[in-house]
Amino acid sequence: MAKSIDVSDLNIYYGDFLAVENVNMTITARSVTALIGPSGCGKSTFLRTLNRMHEVIPGARVQGKVLVDGQSLYDPQVDPVEVRRMVGMVFQRPNPFPTMSIYENVLAGLRLNNKRLSKSDADTVVERSLQGANLWTEVKDRLNKPGMGLSGGQQQRLCIARAIAVEPQVLLMDEPCSALDPISTSAVEDLIHELKEQYTIVIVTHNMQQAARVSEDTAFFNLSAAGKPGRLVEMNPTKKIFSVPDEEATEAYISGRFG
Amino acid sequence: MSTAQTETGSPKRRLGDLVFANLTLAAGVLILIALAGVAIFLTVEGAPALGAGSSDLSGHSNFLTYVAPLVFGTLLAALIALLIALPLSLGVALAVSHFAPRRVAVLIGYVVDLLAAVPSVVYGLWGILVLGPRLIPVYAWLSAHASWIPFFGGTPSNTGRTILTASIVLAIMIIPIITAITREIFSQTPRLNEEAALALGATRWEMVRLAVLPYGRSGIVSAAMLGLGRALGETMAVALVLSASGVVTFHLISSTNPSTIAANIALTFADASGVQRNALIASGLVLFLITFVVNFSARAIVARYEPGSK
Ligand SMILES: Nc1ncnc2c1ncn2[C@@H]1O[C@H](COP(=O)(O)OP(=O)(O)OP(=O)(O)O)[C@@H](O)[C@H]1O
Ligand SMILES: [Mg+2]
Repeated sequence: MAKSIDVSDLNIYYGDFLAVENVNMTITARSVTALIGPSGCGKSTFLRTLNRMHEVIPGARVQGKVLVDGQSLYDPQVDPVEVRRMVGMVFQRPNPFPTMSIYENVLAGLRLNNKRLSKSDADTVVERSLQGANLWTEVKDRLNKPGMGLSGGQQQRLCIARAIAVEPQVLLMDEPCSALDPISTSAVEDLIHELKEQYTIVIVTHNMQQAARVSEDTAFFNLSAAGKPGRLVEMNPTKKIFSVPDEEATEAYISGRFG
Repeated sequence: MSTAQTETGSPKRRLGDLVFANLTLAAGVLILIALAGVAIFLTVEGAPALGAGSSDLSGHSNFLTYVAPLVFGTLLAALIALLIALPLSLGVALAVSHFAPRRVAVLIGYVVDLLAAVPSVVYGLWGILVLGPRLIPVYAWLSAHASWIPFFGGTPSNTGRTILTASIVLAIMIIPIITAITREIFSQTPRLNEEAALALGATRWEMVRLAVLPYGRSGIVSAAMLGLGRALGETMAVALVLSASGVVTFHLISSTNPSTIAANIALTFADASGVQRNALIASGLVLFLITFVVNFSARAIVARYEPGSK
């Protein structure tokens, strides 16, 4: 199911502002790729081009190619809605649907795809997804309570369950742990480890240890100067990035000698 | 608390707070007094109507049978108006907040706001002179082909001045307020929730269903209730448009129509004297109570939808 992603010559704009310049990158299937870099260098912006969420911002557009298993995402015939069903996303701040129960939150994506879902199928999906997100044991007795009633960490795992319930081929995560305590963080990291057996995962993180712990490959983005567009400085296996990176800038950023 | 006060509040600032707090309190109390004053006036002046006989109640034997058809007409006209106005308003509000291109949206919003500025007597004249005549053939057709639906039974009106015409005019009058409130709420939908829906592969409409409408639910209810309140009390437009005969009927397009409380007061008060006036005032009290109940239940509904959190 999982798919690889090829990005070539990608320029990303907000109106006339070129936010990220000329990205070339290959993301391996069934692995975790971490995106790191200083604030404002365009990690979120880049991530959102991988499921065409970038273009929901008025004026936002891209130039260049993104191929998922050879299929171009930005082909005129491709429906962005289909893309987003194939490429799931978890946001920095947990965003369960406030009026829905835990149960309905998990099923939200599935209900979009096919309206007719038997009760028993629905139950199966909810249990499997919540178990996949390491949340089942905590919430199985209160599935009909509102999703907003959970703690922040539980809400984030609920959002992960919601994203994996539709069995996407790629999972994008934008700083999924930045609002979480260390215990929830470690729960999410364990989860990422398990999920990569099935999914291609791209994760943005500001936490170097986290990048080192969870990812196979790491991409380092940077701004060449203030006001200039962000760009991909280096992408390499995580082990190499954190020991002998090719670029001096990477070394400087990782070792904290940045800026 | 106390430490924060000594830190930030100089005596002068506290004086300002005190003045402001008392001013707002006074304003609140003033409104309550005004409201109570109105209620007392209506009750005192309306009370004699309870003992009135048929000569003062245009043929009705007691006040209840006098006011009941009016209450019926008032509720019927307002509910039909709401039924027409609510879907239209929600559509316009969503178009403005989520669907139309920015420039078109601004224009639509502006036009709808303009509707609110039109005096109700103008709506009334428009209803009589323009809308009513246009609807005569429609009513004739409905009566010929759809009279098996109870609403379209009876002799069709040949002036177009039916309760349905009045309701349509009312609907147009309450669209601006419902649209304005719901539009405001819809455009405040947290970006986070909208993106959650979109990222799951929701179409624009599905995003509205998943994120925007649930977020706006209580706002929709209060907007609808405000619209209903306005429709219940609207006087001029109904008084002009409706050719009322005071019957109780669900026939919406026939030549005999129920009247509404407000229109009945406006049309008959000038010629009324003595206990007739008391009866009209008492019917005003009934209208007052109805709008009160509507607003009250609106709050109850909103509170139930929003248990604690928001
Ligand atoms: N909606 C937007 N409209 C215009 N410019 C934007 C928008 N969102 C982001 N930008 C700009 O794009 C650039 C990249 O922002 P982005 O959010 O992708 O950075 P980031 O690497 O994710 O930062 P952080 O680590 O703080 O999340 C920044 O210069 C930012 O100001
Ligand atoms: Mg970001």
